[in-house]
Amino acid sequence: MIITSRFFNRSELIGFIALAAILFVILPLSLDVFRLNLVAKYLTYAFVAIGLVLCWGYGGILSLGQGVFFGLGGYCMAMFLKLEASSVENTKIQSTPGIPDFMDWNQITSLPFFWQPFHSLTFTILAIILVPGLFALIIGTAMFKRRVGGTYFAIITQAVAAILTILIVGQQGYTGGINGMTDLRTLKGWDIRPDHAKVILYFVEVVLLFACIGIAQFIRLTKLGRILVAMREQEDRVRFSGYSVANFKIFAFCMAAVFAAIGGAMFALNVGFMSPSFVGIVPSIEMVIYTAVGGRMSIFGAVWGSLLVNFAKTSLSESFPQLWLFGLGALFIAVVLAFPNGLSGIWADYVQPRIDRLLASRKSKPGSKWADNSVADGAPAE
Amino acid sequence: MLVGHQPKEFLLAVEALTVSFDGFKAVNNLSFYVEENEIRVIIGPNGAGKTTVLDLICGKTKATSGSIQFRGKELTKLKENEIVQTGVGRKFQTPSVFEDLTVFENLEISYPRGRTVFGSLTFQRDAAVKERVEEVAEMIFLKDRLDTYADQLSHGQKQWLEIGMLLIQDPDLLMLDEPVAGMSVSERAKTAELLNRIIKDRSVLVIEHDMKFVEDIAHKVTVLHQGQILSEGTMEKVKNDPKVIEVYLGH
Repeated sequence: MIITSRFFNRSELIGFIALAAILFVILPLSLDVFRLNLVAKYLTYAFVAIGLVLCWGYGGILSLGQGVFFGLGGYCMAMFLKLEASSVENTKIQSTPGIPDFMDWNQITSLPFFWQPFHSLTFTILAIILVPGLFALIIGTAMFKRRVGGTYFAIITQAVAAILTILIVGQQGYTGGINGMTDLRTLKGWDIRPDHAKVILYFVEVVLLFACIGIAQFIRLTKLGRILVAMREQEDRVRFSGYSVANFKIFAFCMAAVFAAIGGAMFALNVGFMSPSFVGIVPSIEMVIYTAVGGRMSIFGAVWGSLLVNFAKTSLSESFPQLWLFGLGALFIAVVLAFPNGLSGIWADYVQPRIDRLLASRKSKPGSKWADNSVADGAPAE
Repeated sequence: MLVGHQPKEFLLAVEALTVSFDGFKAVNNLSFYVEENEIRVIIGPNGAGKTTVLDLICGKTKATSGSIQFRGKELTKLKENEIVQTGVGRKFQTPSVFEDLTVFENLEISYPRGRTVFGSLTFQRDAAVKERVEEVAEMIFLKDRLDTYADQLSHGQKQWLEIGMLLIQDPDLLMLDEPVAGMSVSERAKTAELLNRIIKDRSVLVIEHDMKFVEDIAHKVTVLHQGQILSEGTMEKVKNDPKVIEVYLGH
């Protein structure tokens, strides 16, 4: 099969090995559990960023509402965990034992119908994928079939993020309101809070992340990946080549939503709570910034962008809490103006050629075939 | 109405076609018929509605009233991609190719297979695809440039590439909007040669200003003026029509 024989080109293979080595070996060996758990939290955003690479980088569809899908995935997971933490013994001091604490505080006396199925882990896992996927399908169909795109689409996704936040905060009795769902304890009886559980969850997350990287890379290499690029440039030409442009956009948007939702679910597991502050406009835009900084055309870049920006956020906002948001804004502007292809673009334009030259001077064979591919990755953005 | 008596051999039958933009009728009660294997050239002054006619046929613009029948199918009710699938190909005035993709990939996207989301995910670049892409690339003088990114091509080469993208679709009706505009003299000659080769076994609808080129290729010429037909017939007839000379050819 053509696809398997060149799933990664050489520079991508190096990127893959380096990332795998760092995430699977170096970070777990060198960081304490607290820091490793922070990395796990950062990586949950990498799922969103990978989705944005497909949807925004390749398809040209800028969504400023990925927090919606991150949140939906996260809330689905949190609902399951919250139900398990709200067993009758754990909640016997409540006026209605056996329901989540925030429901009891809001004078709700029985578990709402839409909470019932979240007793089942199988249902929860399906819901993590299907709820955001279907929601993206509905938004995507409504927008793209009517040819709403570009800035208008971005603004509408942002509005959806705002609406969902308001809904979650307003429906305190059903959602936990502004505080979110806290005090998540066990997954099928397995305590997710101690250190060894955090380490296991970290590895589960990294495995899932590489699965998503694999899926994204697969899509990128199929004809669908090329149609996304074609659509970004010449939508009409794609349409008049016999394709339904809307369907391809809906597909890219749904994939991005599902990736974001997996990230959200891992967030609930790793961090131990979920709240509307990860759903709204600001986190959604931050997710776009991670992608832009990493390089919106690069799947590995998206992971690096999420890690580095979040690392900077943690270290800087500890020392300069007021300055961080300005720093983030400045970073975004700088990247868009100076390095439209982000870190991966800098790598492909400045670092990779030097390495190639070094290698070429050692061996006399230059890797020109691969150099062409890296040019493709760093192709100029409009 | 004549609809019932229409001879069967018409590939394309445009009848009483009207489109109005805020009251301005860009195309006004237009009717014309294109036969199988006919090369029809549409000429006319700027703003005559030539490009709008092509836009209407390929679905880019929706008609206000009237009908467009292609092989008995009503095109005005279909979506753009469905119109393409019935066998209508359209080349735009400015070359619209995918600049971030290679010549090979540009042609491959136009290959008429795997046009659904699932189809394009499972699409395999097999021998049939490669063979067809190479065949077309040779026809459009780009055989040596299959791995070149389209943004590296010259204006003329981009025009050829777009023509190639249409060829690979193998449409029954090919619509070309000013295919030689902006080309050098030698590119123009090569394009005429290319068009003469590809118009076999299909009907072609061309918009062109270059009279020499029109005389070379046209079976029949339709002159549009203010959204209506001013004159129609052989080049010889149209050229000597006093109305045509007055509004178009005279200056």
